[in-house]
Parts: sequence; C-alpha cells; structure tokens
Amino acid sequence: MALLPVRPRSDLPLAVDPSARFLGWITALMVFLAVLASAGAMLVSDMARRWDNGLAGGLTVQVAPLPGAPVTPLDERAEAALTVLRASPGIRSAVLLSGGEIAHLLEPWLGPEAADPLLPMPRLIDVVTDGPVDVAALRLRLASAAPGATLDDHAVWLADLRSFAGAVRLVALGVVVMIGAAAVATVVFAVRTGLAIHRPVVELLHLMGATDRYVSRQFERHVVAMSLRGGSIGLLLAGGALFGLHRASQGLRASMLPDLALASWQWAALLLVPLALALLALVTARWTVLRTLGSMP
Amino acid sequence: MIRFENVGLRYGTEAEVLRDISFTLLPGSFHFLTGASGAGKSSLLKLMYLAHRPSRGLVTLFGRDMAMATRAELPELRRQIGVVFQDFALLDHLSALDNVALPLRMSGTPEADIVAHCTEILRWVGLGNHLHAKPSTLSGGQKQRVAIARSVINRPRLLLADEPTGNVDDGIGMRLLYLFEELHKLGTTVVIATHNEALIRRFDHPHLHLDSGRLQVRPARNGRHPDTRWE
Repeated sequence: MALLPVRPRSDLPLAVDPSARFLGWITALMVFLAVLASAGAMLVSDMARRWDNGLAGGLTVQVAPLPGAPVTPLDERAEAALTVLRASPGIRSAVLLSGGEIAHLLEPWLGPEAADPLLPMPRLIDVVTDGPVDVAALRLRLASAAPGATLDDHAVWLADLRSFAGAVRLVALGVVVMIGAAAVATVVFAVRTGLAIHRPVVELLHLMGATDRYVSRQFERHVVAMSLRGGSIGLLLAGGALFGLHRASQGLRASMLPDLALASWQWAALLLVPLALALLALVTARWTVLRTLGSMP
Repeated sequence: MIRFENVGLRYGTEAEVLRDISFTLLPGSFHFLTGASGAGKSSLLKLMYLAHRPSRGLVTLFGRDMAMATRAELPELRRQIGVVFQDFALLDHLSALDNVALPLRMSGTPEADIVAHCTEILRWVGLGNHLHAKPSTLSGGQKQRVAIARSVINRPRLLLADEPTGNVDDGIGMRLLYLFEELHKLGTTVVIATHNEALIRRFDHPHLHLDSGRLQVRPARNGRHPDTRWE
C-alpha cells in the first residue's frame, strides 16, 4: 500500500518501485522510534534536573539520640547545631523540622505510629545554602558542638542521579545513531535497487546529455519525498503515544511518576527529527547515485 | 563535424563488427547510412552518439578527439546530438510533452519555456492533440514523431536516426524523411540509418554503405561526389 497517492513528475518511475513502499513505511517506523528515544531522553533529563535542583543547594543535618541519653540534651544539641550552621558562611537558612513534619516523612514506612512521642526520633535540620560551603570543616564543627550530629550533603544521591541521567541520554543517543545508520543502509539499498531496475532509462538519459547530478536529483527528490511522508506518519504516531503517556501519568492517583509533559521547545526539537532523517536520506541518495554512476563507463 | 580514422569496434572478445572505418562528415550534410541487417549500422551510430568508445582508431566529434574526452565532458557533447532510436526509447510513464521536454530539462531551460517549446514542436509534427498522451496510447507513427520531436527540441548540431522508418508504413516513412529534410534545411547535420533502399531512392543524398563491417561511400545521383562535401 502506498503511503500517499501524490507522485511528482520524475524521469525515472521510482514511485512505482516496490522499494518505494517499504522505504516510506520503514522511515515511519524509524522516525517513530527516534522521536520516542529522543523524548525519553528529554523527559529523563528534565526529571534529573528537577531532582538535581531540589537536592543541590541544600544540606540535611541529623541529630540522632545517643544511646542512654535523656531527651533534653537532644534538643540542646539540635539548638547547638543550628547555632553552628547559622554562623557558617554560605548558609542562607537552617530550619529545625518539627516532630509532626518528621512523623509525616516517616509515615510511609512506620504508619501513624510514627507520631508516637515515645519513639526515639532524631532531629532534622533543613539547610539551604547560597554559596560554597566547606562541608568537611562544617562536619568537624558540628561534631564538636553537637555530638551525634551528622551532615548529609546529598553528594552520593546527586552523583547517582547524574550518572543515571547520563546513561539514559547515552542510550537514547545510541538508539538515534543506530536508527540513522539503519536509515542510511535502507536508502543505499533502495537507491541501488532503483538504479539496477532503471538502468536502461538511466543510460538513455545519459545518452541524451544528462549529467550524473541530474540523475541523482531524481533519486534525491524521490527519497526525500518518501522520507517526509513516512516521517510525518512516524511523528504523528509518536506524538500520539507521548500524549497518551502524558495523559496516563496525570491519571495516576499517587504521584509516583514525575510530570511527563514536554516543553514547547522540546516539541519543536522533535519536529526536526523527520526533517533530519530526510536530510540524511538526501545526502545518502546523492552519494550512492554519484558513486555508482561514477563507476559506469 | 565528425571524423572517423581507421576505427574498429568489437564487443568483448568477439570479432570486430566495424573494421577500418574512415570518413568525414561536413557540417550541414545529409547522409543515409545503409546496409543489410547486421551490417553494423547501429554500432556505427552508437559510436557517433557516444554510446560506445571505439576499440581502435580515432573519432573526432565537433573538433574534439573523443579518446581525450573525460566522462564529465560527455553530457555537454551529447546535448549537441539528437538521436532517434530504433525502438523510439520513449519513457512510458511520461506524457508525450514530458518525453519531448527531457533534453530541455537536462539543459536547465525554464519550465515555462519548456512547455511552450514542446507544445510548438509537437504541433509541428502533427501531435498537437496528443500533448498529454502516454506513449502506450499512441500508434507507431505517432511514437516515432514524438521521438523525432524529442531529438530536435534542443536544436542539435547533429541528428542521428536509427531505422526511423522501420516501424511505420511507407506513407508515414516518406513523411518522416521529408521531416528530416526540413530539419536539414535548417542547418542540422543529418545521418539516417536505414535498410529501406526503395524509400531512400526518392531522395538524392550520399550513402554511407556498410557491408560486413566495412564502409563504402556512394555519392549522390546528381553527380556530387561525397568528397566534394567532405573535407
């Protein structure tokens, strides 16, 4: 089945070749996969950036109960830690979380019993930085002023997050590169087949004074038209799939998944995928035709 | 216009189909290329329209030694040659107008001029009502006229026709030959390959006669010796 009935005039009847049909559909599939891979990389990058922004620029200090120590010293140590933090350069604010807030954080694991005042809960201090902080020196001062206090600068979390996002981007890039390579191979095959099928016509055109570029333009127009048609279909299908995923993620009762919406510029970038593939097809077709004809007598 | 010196042509390792061919055609001349089937007429024409390179000898076309011509130079040289192929060689998926337009499109003529010129020449050959007809819907004579229109649309310096009367009856064949004469009067150098001796006897032009791969020159009946028209 042909993708669309529009057939521009061409000296070579390429539009009726069997390769014309599969080229369009394969391009549709390639664009579909490339758009999904690119969109996936964008969504993961956005997610990682949001987490990064949330974790970077912040520190958490935990003042844990010491075995056998009474409760009062815990509050005193927390106050001492707050004093140290507020006096440290690079720190904008340091806020002691209330018992209710801590219980709320622990509720998913401990249930409503997390609010039990008899539980030996640590004190947590949420710190927001506005400049570089000497974490090692701050740790020493906290340990001195508030024994049992630990400082978490989220470095391990951030490193893991950045590593994960980088791996996803790398995989997506690999997928896009493989799709590009497959597109090149497909166009080379289709063009060589077309040249073989229409060799008598190509020879006739040569005898009438056609240059190799004239012949290659026939193939370029054909593969670009097929790529754009197939690419448009692939883009529409991928856009529909992404929209469906976005709607599905919005319908989740628990906010386990991040927002799967793409920004306008990201949609615009995805629109370029079929155009890029068409450009790749054009260059490949020209190279293949000129190289093949160049070997003819 | 064309000079052959001791030209030979063989296909692969077969025996030569053309042997020691030597002649010179002056600009504006008209020649019939005659000989029995298999004598080598089509092969000689193929050498003239640069479909083949000779196995030996010297071919000079428009003053250019073809042995020295690069592949990149061939398109420009070929555009100065109009060819009417024996089997017409029309592209079946294109209309008569688009078939005729091929040489103009190759030379980069603006599209508006192409339509105007092609319409005019198709009317000239009597196909004004078949501009958009596909070759499969045309008769043999109509196809032949489309092929002729295509061969002359670019005002070639040299017109070569391979058995142009081979697929049509004598009446149409005669009209086609008169058409070539008209083109000749406009200054085009014409070479027509044919084995239809009865038809060409009505015209007084010199013959290049091929017999078993060798060329003989036969002057026009009015006493003009070919050499007087040759260099």
